[in-house]
Amino acid sequence: MTTRVIKYREGIQEALREEMIRDQSVFLIGEDIGTRGGSYKATDTLQDQFGEERILNAPISEAAIVGAALGAALAGARPVAEIMYIDFSGLAMDQIFNQCAKFHFMTGGSAIVPLVIRTQGGAGRGIAAHHSQSLEAWYSHIPGLKVVMPSTPYDVKGLLKASIRDDNPVFFIEHKLLYLSTGPVPEEEYIIPLGKADIKKEGDDVTIITYSKMVMDSLKAAEQLEKEGISAEVLDLRTLVPLDVEAIVESVGRTHKVVIVSEACKTGGFAGEIAMTIMEQAFDLLDAPIKRVTGLDTPIPYAFHLEAAVIPNPDWIIKAVKEVV
Amino acid sequence: MSFDKKKSIDLYRMMVRIRAFEEQCIQLSHKGLIGGSLHLYIGEEAIAAGSIDVLNADDYIASTHRGHGHCIAKEADMGRMFAELLGKETGYCKGRGGSMHIADVKLGMLGANGIVGAGIPIAVGAALAIKYRKGNQVVLCFFGDGATSTGAFHEGVNLGAAWRLPVIFICENNLYAITTPISKSCALRDVADRANGYGMPGVMVDGNDVLAVREAALKAVERARKGDGPTLIECKTYRWLGHHLGDDGKYRSPEEVQYWKDRDPIKTFSHRLLKEKIATEKGLKEIHGEVEKEIETAVKFAYDSPPANPERILEDVFYSIGNLSMGEKRI
Repeated sequence: MTTRVIKYREGIQEALREEMIRDQSVFLIGEDIGTRGGSYKATDTLQDQFGEERILNAPISEAAIVGAALGAALAGARPVAEIMYIDFSGLAMDQIFNQCAKFHFMTGGSAIVPLVIRTQGGAGRGIAAHHSQSLEAWYSHIPGLKVVMPSTPYDVKGLLKASIRDDNPVFFIEHKLLYLSTGPVPEEEYIIPLGKADIKKEGDDVTIITYSKMVMDSLKAAEQLEKEGISAEVLDLRTLVPLDVEAIVESVGRTHKVVIVSEACKTGGFAGEIAMTIMEQAFDLLDAPIKRVTGLDTPIPYAFHLEAAVIPNPDWIIKAVKEVV
Repeated sequence: MSFDKKKSIDLYRMMVRIRAFEEQCIQLSHKGLIGGSLHLYIGEEAIAAGSIDVLNADDYIASTHRGHGHCIAKEADMGRMFAELLGKETGYCKGRGGSMHIADVKLGMLGANGIVGAGIPIAVGAALAIKYRKGNQVVLCFFGDGATSTGAFHEGVNLGAAWRLPVIFICENNLYAITTPISKSCALRDVADRANGYGMPGVMVDGNDVLAVREAALKAVERARKGDGPTLIECKTYRWLGHHLGDDGKYRSPEEVQYWKDRDPIKTFSHRLLKEKIATEKGLKEIHGEVEKEIETAVKFAYDSPPANPERILEDVFYSIGNLSMGEKRI
């Protein structure tokens, strides 16, 4: 299998392009996704290829963007809606959590809702509290939504293709610091099924369970720990819903120690959900209490040094690992 | 106004059917067989009957929490509707939805909705899909006067108008959002005037006159099918009962309620049918008798159906995981 190196944002674009070629019912709707290509150029050049009919630049109307995607999905399309920043998703919240998520269930399974809501979150660009949040816990809490948070170009491409083909609403959260990151992808078409975690680095002494951009920080931490004689496994969940509990239990069964790393605030966050799942499913396999490394319970501040003070980094992860091994 | 005889009788029958369904709901509720809230359509029947009559079978509607009338006019099976209200496996939503969520996409019903205004962007989306695939269908989007104060109304209506989508916005202005009169929540006297602000025609009709509603809907639907975009139709009407069954409606004067009851869409239309010799007293009585039998049959179907099965409740949260039809090309 031949591979080539592409950027994360190119992985997104390739997935969208391939699926739009494959299936005429796929279209994109969002703010400034046309000639501007979105805030992070993920949809760059697509309008040149597919025209304004399939790459729909919408007014600043988040509720209408998601609602229109839902209505179109019910009427036979397979739309990909974009919410420019996850921080803006609150403006579309009713359509996301009451309408998209519940429609299939509320109709007794008769209606299907094949749509993707693409958005991006996370801190690190000095754009403060309305453009930097990690809100995945909100969406994971709503039955009926799948939640995907890819960390690499390979994963983002394969998971986005799977999300578009999925006949359920998928909340697809990219990370703004990953768009320019690079990695290998095969020349051939591939799809990554939702609900499958991936071991990004194997290890024996401790399992670092993480997702999205924190996979990169965890890998850096693991590299440093390796030099100090600690072998850390990095398990990338890739999708929070459905959650790959089997992969978590399997890894914990080998290392017996767990550090969970999430960029989001600690209180009510998904890290707590992972920890409790381990308590329920694998308590007997643990040799030490589970540790959480998370963002502080603050809004994301503006100044770079303040922002850095509230978001986990490899040093925090190393410290936590050393406390459990 | 054209006065096709068979059509007029059909419209009358539809209004009678909707009211009979609602009256049966009251009885079932009093027997303790229906849970939750019931938002009844009595007094507003002319709107659903008149407007949905101009649709083709493959056109869509988006409904509201007060949605039974829309479903019946879109030819939903009343047996399955009663079954839904009774929490039966044969209900439209297998007991998961209830009164406020009856939907059947195959019938073009994009759902009643528990959230005021939320159906508007969804209706616009269905219209977008129609335009996208260069189809000839239209969407009738129903909402109450209260919904016109929501952000979803503004965003949805604006998008529909800006993109000239084949959607018709039908405001059932029954003058109250629960207890708040529209005069206290909107500086305009007529909701139809809002259309100007979005660059589309606004039409006001007597919502208790089934032929007037039908004519306005017909014109708007023709316009939409031609690709000329949406129309906002305001139907002035009144709900005879409270916001939901059990609301005593004390925020409205008895004189006001009586004023509107005197404008009963069914009774006034029956007078007209008799006067124009389109129907006889005997003929109308027969319609009421036939509708009564339909209701009996529908209720019996619901009674005889098995209750929804709680052991299967997790099945419908997500669509068939691992189903082979995943990723089917859809248009």
